Amino acid sequence: MDSGNIKRRSLKLAGLEPLVVDEHTNFINIGERCNVAGSRKFLRLIKEEKFEEALTIARHQVEGGAQILDVNMDDGLIDGKEAMVNFLNLIASEPDISKIPIMIDSSKWEIIEAGLKCVQGKSVVNSISLKAGKDEFVRQAHLIKKYGAATVVMAFDEDGQADTYQRRIDICKRSYDILVDEVNFKPEDIIFDPNIFPVATGMEEHRKSGTDFFKATKWIMENLPHCNVSGGVSNISFSFRGNNTVREAMHSSFLYHAGKAGMKFGIVNPSMLEIYDDIDKELLEKVEDVLLDRREEATDILVDFAETVKGSKKKDIEIAEWRNFTPYERVQHALVKGNTEFIVEDIELVRQQHNEALDVIEGPLMDGMNKVGVLFGDGKMFLPQVVKSARVMKKAVSYLEPYLEEEKDENAPAVGRVLLATVKGDVHDIGKNIVKVILECNSYEVIDLGVMIPNDKIIEAAIANKVDIIGVSGLITPSLEEMSDLAKMMKEKGLDLPLIIGGATTSKAHTAVKIDPNYNNAVAYVIDASRSIQTVSELIHPERKKVYAQNLKDEYAKVREGYEKRRQAKKYVSIEKAKQNSGKIDFSGYEVVKPRYEGASNTVHLSLNDLREYIDWTPFFKTWDLHGKYPAILTDEKVGVEATKLFADANAMLDIIIEKYLLKARAVFGIYPASSDGEVVELKVESLKLKGNQTSNLELPASSFIFPRQQKEKKEGLKYNSLADFIAPLKEGKTQDYLGMFAVTAGIGAKELSDSYLAKNDDYNSIMVKALADRFAEAGAEFLHHEIRTNYWGYNKDESLTKQDIIDEKYVGIRPAPGYPACPYHKDKEAIFEILDVTTKTGIELTESYAMYPAASVSGFYFAHPKAKYFGVGMIGKDQVKRIAELSGQTIEEVERLYSSSLNY
Amino acid sequence: MNKYDIREELKKRRLILDGAMGTMIQQYNFTEEDFRGDRFKDWKQPLKGNNDFLIITQPEAIKEIHRKYFDAGADIAETNTFSSTTIGQADYGTEEFVYELNLKGAQLAREAADEFTTSDKPRFVAGSIGPTNRTASLSPDVNDPGKRNVTYDELVEAYCEQVRGLMDGGSDLLLIETIFDTLNAKAAMFACETVFEEKGVKLPLMISGTLTDSSGRTLSGQTAEAFLISVSHMDLLSIGLNCAFGAKDMEPHIHELAKKSEFMISAHPNAGLPNAFGEYDESPEEMASQITGFLKESKLGIIGGCCGTTPEHIRAIAEKVNEEVY
Repeated sequence: MDSGNIKRRSLKLAGLEPLVVDEHTNFINIGERCNVAGSRKFLRLIKEEKFEEALTIARHQVEGGAQILDVNMDDGLIDGKEAMVNFLNLIASEPDISKIPIMIDSSKWEIIEAGLKCVQGKSVVNSISLKAGKDEFVRQAHLIKKYGAATVVMAFDEDGQADTYQRRIDICKRSYDILVDEVNFKPEDIIFDPNIFPVATGMEEHRKSGTDFFKATKWIMENLPHCNVSGGVSNISFSFRGNNTVREAMHSSFLYHAGKAGMKFGIVNPSMLEIYDDIDKELLEKVEDVLLDRREEATDILVDFAETVKGSKKKDIEIAEWRNFTPYERVQHALVKGNTEFIVEDIELVRQQHNEALDVIEGPLMDGMNKVGVLFGDGKMFLPQVVKSARVMKKAVSYLEPYLEEEKDENAPAVGRVLLATVKGDVHDIGKNIVKVILECNSYEVIDLGVMIPNDKIIEAAIANKVDIIGVSGLITPSLEEMSDLAKMMKEKGLDLPLIIGGATTSKAHTAVKIDPNYNNAVAYVIDASRSIQTVSELIHPERKKVYAQNLKDEYAKVREGYEKRRQAKKYVSIEKAKQNSGKIDFSGYEVVKPRYEGASNTVHLSLNDLREYIDWTPFFKTWDLHGKYPAILTDEKVGVEATKLFADANAMLDIIIEKYLLKARAVFGIYPASSDGEVVELKVESLKLKGNQTSNLELPASSFIFPRQQKEKKEGLKYNSLADFIAPLKEGKTQDYLGMFAVTAGIGAKELSDSYLAKNDDYNSIMVKALADRFAEAGAEFLHHEIRTNYWGYNKDESLTKQDIIDEKYVGIRPAPGYPACPYHKDKEAIFEILDVTTKTGIELTESYAMYPAASVSGFYFAHPKAKYFGVGMIGKDQVKRIAELSGQTIEEVERLYSSSLNY
Repeated sequence: MNKYDIREELKKRRLILDGAMGTMIQQYNFTEEDFRGDRFKDWKQPLKGNNDFLIITQPEAIKEIHRKYFDAGADIAETNTFSSTTIGQADYGTEEFVYELNLKGAQLAREAADEFTTSDKPRFVAGSIGPTNRTASLSPDVNDPGKRNVTYDELVEAYCEQVRGLMDGGSDLLLIETIFDTLNAKAAMFACETVFEEKGVKLPLMISGTLTDSSGRTLSGQTAEAFLISVSHMDLLSIGLNCAFGAKDMEPHIHELAKKSEFMISAHPNAGLPNAFGEYDESPEEMASQITGFLKESKLGIIGGCCGTTPEHIRAIAEKVNEEVY
């Protein structure tokens, strides 16, 4: 047969992703650890039915570079068929593993067949042979073809395993002809295994194990068109068990020569391979003497030489200039630059120069972090860089941890222990996480309780961990009430710890007026993450803390006085008067646009790629304490360089998120007939009929929303607004008006992704993920609103605005969100969620404080009238509270609690 | 047996596949009584929504829909048997009628096809084989990833029965479509092969996968190329994509598939993407204008429509294809 003129057909395999093997493909590495015969650990896990743990072995194989995963369950003590099915089904649920093709490895046909029924990709059977005769061979090959797999064919026949060159090629030729001519098996789907036997065993017949295999491989590749050759490589070095230097050299050399002969596949442990060119020349020569059978006494020479070799690993690294610094300087450099690449090796060098690992932390590492701290304090470094430095620090410390364990004594080195938590009902933690990183950079020990932590848990943990200070954070207004309660509770329990308050809705005024009076110890409001260090260090400083705390108390007392004066100076009108001067839009002559669709939509899957251009970047920079408007911030004199770097990092991550679908954005919306009566907007959700034949859920109750009205006194002639003013009252309007509502999230997957960075001690990217998810959620709300205006409601079909116009809110209509100034009532979300069935459709959940989880979520209302505008309700009076209580059937106390931060009394 | 061979026709020209069946059936506004007809008026379970069952209870309507598509220019009609397996019919308790559904479904399409067949434009019947509502390589329970609610063997058995009916009813070819789990499709292919062996007759086989979103993967996670490789063990008439996308979003994946495939390519996209209320808005003109890119692909042999497409869409597509040729 002449294969010279035929174009070689490539072998194509697939898991979730393709694997194409052609003449350009390098050696294909088959992962061999998921084999009960080859791995004692794997066998034990399968026997004990610890399949989850067994999966981690598979995952390590893939991460380690395996391109095909061999799975073998041949063991007398397990039900191989059942184990194969279970394991393959579990692998199918792990995209990280099932992306590569599976090699179904068994000597029992029933196990192979059971395996073939579990894999959606094109896998490889390992193996079939003529061992039990031609009929069985044909039957199995026919079925493999029907199941759609490739197969390994062992050089084995009725007379046994092929062990000479001639037997190898005879059996392979016979197998090939039967498969191709009789079974119609595609030749490219055949992989021959011509048997690798050990060399240097001392037995004469094993002298040619290497050469015969190479020759047979070459013959097969030249004479049996399109097929491939594979082998179990570690067999070759069997007689050198225990001497990995020799084994690694031998495997590499074997692969080199077998590869030249045409072998593309091999089952070999990748960690048991040396780079061919890196093999010690003397060792290589002796190994190859054996493999290639070049000298009579080759085996004896290698066996003697083997005793003398002990390997040492070399690594070629491209050496940047700073790599020539002393190890101490390199660590400083890495910390300041946030470069983690070499930190582990550098820190090891530094460690060797010190008596104790602790000295490394307190010496070089703290020196570096102090530099970072000084640069940060001087405004020469910015938050994103500090967080990157922390990543280096964490990596260094985690490397030192085992040494620290050994040296452990009770004199903890931390300068103070801080407890951090996001309060009950709140899920926002970006700011808290940044504070944590900064504190840790400054060698505070931080106990982070996470999000949605009830006050009693905070206090319990504070006592149990003997912390020096408690810090709480929150973003939504109900969290303010939680903080105020926490202060009260701390007083009741007699705690003697300072309390620091932070988060977007918190303020100095609120802290002074509502929290500080509830607690006899210090309460401190921290405006942003970078200020937290100074406040914390002063509040727990043994000498200064008393004075500092007293100063705070005095300061807040003054704030309260000022607040009280201003409050009294502010005049409020009665709700009756406000109503008489309401900002009600004149609806006469206004034609309501009837929405194209009424009722709740299905789940809307938003494409992150579409959302990207809707991102408003300015708030993103603010998250990182870089202040300025995008895009001007990128060229800002002070923060421009850092803002540009941060922006590049953010976009790099956006690329990954979008390409790999790491975050998912979903939304739901609905538009309903609505009418207003004073501050109440009544929705008709009960008699809805969707376009077409679908009817919505008839069980939904009619719902109403109460939108509070401004009461702060205004100049004569100015109006007192309520969102209800933008909806037509039924009695006036000849046409029916409408109110829309929506919920969007871009946080599906955010926690997992963020945590995966955290697990790698990478706070920077962990925070980055959440900050970007937030931006995507806002962008999603923007995108959806555009769709509503131009399509689903269609009240402004011909809108022609640029993305920037849209970000600048130049569109017609508004979309106020519950909890924000125009409708400060977070509880409205509960009704929105019920009407739209938000949780089922998008996965967003509401906490007891009406925060949305995932945190990267937005919900709100749509008002379509061109005169609808954003405003702040401000403080409301007791008369309005009473009215809301009556209208909503709640007690006055309940309403007061919900509006706690906006009562004028 | 049809005296015309679809393989021969494909050498001469591109063929037009029909459009959506469900969208057309919806227009009849059939009631529960209509779905039951006389024969099943006392059936133990509601039958409304079991569109395939109309083959038995409203055969004229189904045949009329086939006629409308042929009249619009379709070369191939798909039988109304997308869910006609024991697995798909289990929801209605009608498993015992699966053979009859497939047999009659193929016969109805056959009769309509023969009415329209001319020697210039012979018409063909593709036996439609859906994915079933179960998946062999995905767990129905997030907490038990190893669990499966259907096995390969169960699928093979169900598909064998369907294929027998479709072949006996006179299908010219078989179309395994809307594949979101390749293992299900492989079981269907295994069943086809088994029935071919039984009958000693092989029908041409079209394979059509469904990519779930713009990640370009099937629901079960395969890339388009991995999917192609995993179903290439049989000699296919065509490989292609249907559903999930409108023409615009499907096009890049069709080019990708064409680049890698040894087989002819088929495409039957939706009439755009469903809007937030599950409806398809794309007009016949819009859709037809978007298939220009498909027609640049020399391997593209078969094109038609999936969800939301009507005879008007197929007519517009057929006109576009004819413009390209002549």
